[in-house]
Amino acid sequence: MAKFEKANSVGEWLDQRLNTTALTKVLMTEYWIPKDINFLWAMGVLLAVTFKILVISGLFLMMYYKPDVNLAFDSVNYTIMQEVAYGWLFRHMHGVAASVVFLIIYIHMFTGIYYGSYKQGREMIWISGMLLFMTFSAAGFSGYMLPWGQMSYWAAMVITNLFGGVPVIGDALVVWIRGDFNVADATLTRFFMLHVFLLPIVIMGIIGLHFYTLRIPHVNNQEGADIDYDAEAEKYLSGNKKESKVIPFWPVFISKDFAILGIFLIFYFYLVFFHYNFAMDPVNFDPADNMVTPAHIYPEWYFLWSYEVLRGFFFDVGPIKAFDIGLAAFGFANVIFLVLPWLDRDPAILPAHKRPGFRVWFWILMVDLIVLTVYGKLPPTGINAWVGFASATLFILLFVALPFITKLDAKKRGA
Amino acid sequence: MSNETNRRDFLGYTFAAVAAVGGAASLVGMKQAWDPLPSVLASGFTNVELSGIKAGEPLTVMWRGKPIFVLKKTAEMESSDRDLIVGEDRYTIAIGLCTHLGCIPAWKKTQWKCACHGGEFNASGKQIFGPPPRPLDLPPFAVKGSQLVLGEEGPEYKKIAGAMATA
Repeated sequence: MAKFEKANSVGEWLDQRLNTTALTKVLMTEYWIPKDINFLWAMGVLLAVTFKILVISGLFLMMYYKPDVNLAFDSVNYTIMQEVAYGWLFRHMHGVAASVVFLIIYIHMFTGIYYGSYKQGREMIWISGMLLFMTFSAAGFSGYMLPWGQMSYWAAMVITNLFGGVPVIGDALVVWIRGDFNVADATLTRFFMLHVFLLPIVIMGIIGLHFYTLRIPHVNNQEGADIDYDAEAEKYLSGNKKESKVIPFWPVFISKDFAILGIFLIFYFYLVFFHYNFAMDPVNFDPADNMVTPAHIYPEWYFLWSYEVLRGFFFDVGPIKAFDIGLAAFGFANVIFLVLPWLDRDPAILPAHKRPGFRVWFWILMVDLIVLTVYGKLPPTGINAWVGFASATLFILLFVALPFITKLDAKKRGA
Repeated sequence: MSNETNRRDFLGYTFAAVAAVGGAASLVGMKQAWDPLPSVLASGFTNVELSGIKAGEPLTVMWRGKPIFVLKKTAEMESSDRDLIVGEDRYTIAIGLCTHLGCIPAWKKTQWKCACHGGEFNASGKQIFGPPPRPLDLPPFAVKGSQLVLGEEGPEYKKIAGAMATA
């Protein structure tokens, strides 16, 4: 056993037993961050805080929520909203954070794409991040179902039906996932379990992994410059702070994150108090009814782009059914970002404004995603169906073209 | 030395075998825990009286939590292999869930239109526009006099299901 001496403070006592000094150094005071990064790199801290808000507000909601088809709607819309002191606040904080967390995830993701932060040595950062995005999507969907309103119910109906597209076992799989022939009590209780326990635990695990993946390749910077972290850290520690290209995460870099976090939280609470309705679809204030479909079903804004890819293909091609094409395209849209590090054939890590072809690709992708999002909300009739078809096709073509575009950029640079 | 290693390997393989059997058994248990409960499976039958139905206006009844469309066809409506003929009347019996993603299509004069993704079905339940990959599904039923019993596979059901499978 290690030698223990009488400690003179609580900190010292803990240090002897848990090596807290070394841990703080590794995690905080000697975790090095490049100086050359802008506010877009603050999204990680914003996400960590938003997730914390979701967990804490969720705990308070869970104490009054009842996962039962007969009680769920009233437990949310009456008990929590009317009776529980500040219940409305916890609900709006939870609902708005669930929406805003996706906004920040998308900014975080596209910052990474713009600056090439997924490449050469940082693949695991990218993959663990995309896994987080997928688990967040699953958590968002399973939570959306819990208030048991009309939109919740039919969203669950549509999403669980997607599994019917799996060859051979599709229909049986849908019944198995639901635990009933339609979306019913068994479905609600198991989605409750997923939303309040399993998925949050998995998210916490992947967040740990995501932080860990940064440790060896370190965070990227605005120029994609290759920094010798050991040499730069030594400069900083020897007092040459001005020359050093890096600064410690705590307390130096975090101060910038906190400033941006402050602005974000003002925006967030502005939404919570004055515009919470954007995260509350009016249709969801009708109790779920398995005999009436709302006139027009659409998911929350953050799923609209992939929803539009799903329904963009509305006609059969030869023997292949439109449904299967849409499902395949939807599957494509949901996994293609995961393999982005291998679709990008440019060996250099550079921001998009230094890669002419990629820059055009990036902004076309942005515009296409916005078009998909807008049309995902509109009824898929007439010209809308064709816009949806064109933008969904463009989305797929963009990823097919990416290896060639990035290769061409590298060639032009003479790499 | 080698003797000891072999003994340790044997223990390792034995443990792996025990763990594999236990793991597989628990997977079976976990799979079955998500299967529909017996009470759900036994959710019974629904009776529909056919005589009171007005031609051209589909009746929607609930069976196993799903809407079932019962449409008495008017004289102008096309006849189809899946028509259920009771006396002089022709009926379309269908599960009222769009075969695309499961929304309930609404009856608009002569056809069912699904608002969600634009799918359309004619009076015989056949898909005529949009993403639905197949006609509206046929629920199992039997005909007893002027009563339609949902949940039982009668000879009329088998005949229509057969015709739909070969179509």
